Amino acid sequence: MALLEISGLGKSFGGLRAVNDVSFSVEEGAIKAVIGPNGAGKTTLFNLITGTLPATTGTVTFNGKRIDGKRSHQIAALGMARTFQNIKLFHDMTVLENVMIGRHTRSSAGFLASMFHMPWTWKEEKSIRHKSMEILEMLGISEHADTEATSLAFGQQRTVELARALALEPTILLLDEPAAGLNIYETAEIGRLIGRIRALDVTVLLVEHDMSLVMDVSDEIVVLSFGEKIAEDVPAAIQQNDEVVKVYLGE
Amino acid sequence: MPLIALVIFVQLLTDWTDTKFYLTQLTMSAYYTLLIVGLCILMGYAGQISLGHAGFFAIGGYISGALTTRNLLAFEKSSSVEFLDGLGVIVRGQDIYGEALMVIAPWAACLVAIITAGLIAWILGIPVLKLKGHYLAMATLGFGVIIYRIVLASEYFGEADGISEVPAFPLFGGLEVSGDFGTRVENYYIAWGLLIVCMVLLRNLIQSRAGRALRSIHSSEDAAESMGVNTSRYKLQIFVLSAVFAAVAGVFLTHYNGGIGPSEAGVMKSVRYVAIVAVGGMAHLWGALIMGVVLNFLSLRGVFGSYDDAVFGAILILIMLFAPNGILSLNWKEMLTKLFRQSGREQNVGRDR
Repeated sequence: MALLEISGLGKSFGGLRAVNDVSFSVEEGAIKAVIGPNGAGKTTLFNLITGTLPATTGTVTFNGKRIDGKRSHQIAALGMARTFQNIKLFHDMTVLENVMIGRHTRSSAGFLASMFHMPWTWKEEKSIRHKSMEILEMLGISEHADTEATSLAFGQQRTVELARALALEPTILLLDEPAAGLNIYETAEIGRLIGRIRALDVTVLLVEHDMSLVMDVSDEIVVLSFGEKIAEDVPAAIQQNDEVVKVYLGE
Repeated sequence: MPLIALVIFVQLLTDWTDTKFYLTQLTMSAYYTLLIVGLCILMGYAGQISLGHAGFFAIGGYISGALTTRNLLAFEKSSSVEFLDGLGVIVRGQDIYGEALMVIAPWAACLVAIITAGLIAWILGIPVLKLKGHYLAMATLGFGVIIYRIVLASEYFGEADGISEVPAFPLFGGLEVSGDFGTRVENYYIAWGLLIVCMVLLRNLIQSRAGRALRSIHSSEDAAESMGVNTSRYKLQIFVLSAVFAAVAGVFLTHYNGGIGPSEAGVMKSVRYVAIVAVGGMAHLWGALIMGVVLNFLSLRGVFGSYDDAVFGAILILIMLFAPNGILSLNWKEMLTKLFRQSGREQNVGRDR
C-alpha cells in the first residue's frame, strides 16, 4: 500500500474546475514531482492534500487513514509537513524560534503549564531547542539561529522554511516550488538538500517549475494541465511524451 | 525584580514627600494596567484585536458589585437562597441606614463574575474569532455596545447611576480590597502584587511553546496550521484568558472604588485600552505596562481635564502616524541628535548674515 493515495480528487471554484478527478499515489521513500504550466492547479492540489482547502470530490489516504475533510493541523500531527511557494516564515521571530514551532506537534506544554512554568515543561523546552539546533546544523544555517528569520536572504529563508518543516519529523514532506525565485546555484543547493532529506527516510512530493531540478531529483512525475492529469511516468519517459511537450511548447 | 524595587520605592517616596494621595491613583492604574497587559497579549502577540474589553471589565465589576450589594432578604425563604446559605456563600449585615442586609460573599461573587466573563468570552469567541482584522474589530465593538446598553438599561445594574456601596473584599490574613484611607498603602501593594504576579505569568506564557504558537498565528494562520497549531483553539484560549484578566481587573477595581458606573462599560474605554496597547508598542508587554500606568495615572489625576477621551483619540492617531511600533521602539537618541544638529545649523546661518 502506498504512503499517500489520491483518488478522484477535485475542486471547483464556482464554475471553474481548478482540479478535476486527479488520482495518483506516492510510494514510501519516493520523490515524486507534480509539474504543469501556470494555472494547471498544482498549488490547489497541494492545498487539498494538506487540508488548507476542502476538496469538492475525491479522497486522500495517508498512511492508511482518510485525511480528506480533516483540518490542516490534524493532518500535520499525522506526519505531513509542507513549505509554501511564497515563503511564509513567522515574522518578528528568530530563525531558531521559527524552527521550534516545527516541534509543536512533538511537544505538549499547554497554556496553564506554560504560564505557571511547570518543571516538566523546562525539560521539554530544552529538548525542543536542542532538536531545532540540530536541524539547523544539518542544513548548515545554525550560525543564523538568532537572526530574525525574515531579514535573511531569500535563498536562506527557503532553507529555514525547510528546516521548520523537518522539525516536525514528517513521514512525507510537500514542497511547493522550492526553487522559485532562486538562481541556478541556489537551485542546485536545494537539489542537494532534497537528496539529504531522502536520506532521512522522508518521502517527498514536490511541485516545481524548474525542469532541470525536477528531472534530477524525482523518481516519478505527474503532469497536470488545466486541472487534469495528462501523464504519470519516470522522468525519461515524460521528456519523450508527445502530449506533455505539446502542453509546454504549444502545437 | 527592578519593578518590585521601583514599586516599593514609589510607595516610600510618597511617604517621605507626604503625597500619599497619589497612591490611590497608582492603585487604580495598576488595576487598569492588568486589563491592558491582558489585551496586549491578545493584540500584540496573538494578533487578534478586541474593541470590547471594557465590556469584559464591566461584566466582572458589575456582577461582583451587584451580587455583593443586592439584598436577598426578600427571598430568604426561597429554596435557592437557602441552598446558597447552606453553601456558606451568604453574608448578613447592615447597610449604612442600619437595615438588615443579606448578600453574597465577595469571594463567591468574584468567582461568579470571573467565570461568567470567561464563559461569555468563550461563547462570543467561537463565532467572532473566525473573523479577521477590521471585521473582528467591528464584531467586538458590537459586543461592547451591547454590554454598555444592558448595564445602562437594567434596573438590577442600577441604570445610569451604576452600583454604589460595594463592600470591601476581604482577602487572606486580614487584608482587604477597599478604598478606606486607612488601608491605602496595603491596597497599593495588593494591586501591584497582583499586577506583578500576572506579568510573570504572561511573560512565562509568551516564552513558551504556547506563546510561540500564538505569535505564529499573528504572522500566518496557514503556516501555523501547517505546523500543527490548532489556530482556532489557541485564539479562543487567549481570548478567554484576556477577558478573564479584564474581569479580574473589573472585580478588584469595583471593590476598591466601592462602586462602578456605566461609563466603565463605554466604547470609549475600549478604544482607550487599545490606544494604550498601541502606544506601548503592541507586541511589547513592558511597553503596555509602562504606558498603562503612566497614561491611566495622568488621566485619573485629571491632567487631561474634560478632553480626556479626545487626548486618547489624538494619541491613537499620532502613534499610528509616527510610531506604529510604539514609542519605546523609537530611536530617541537619533531623533535628539538630529534635532540639535538642526538648531545648531540655524545658529550658523544667523551668524553668516
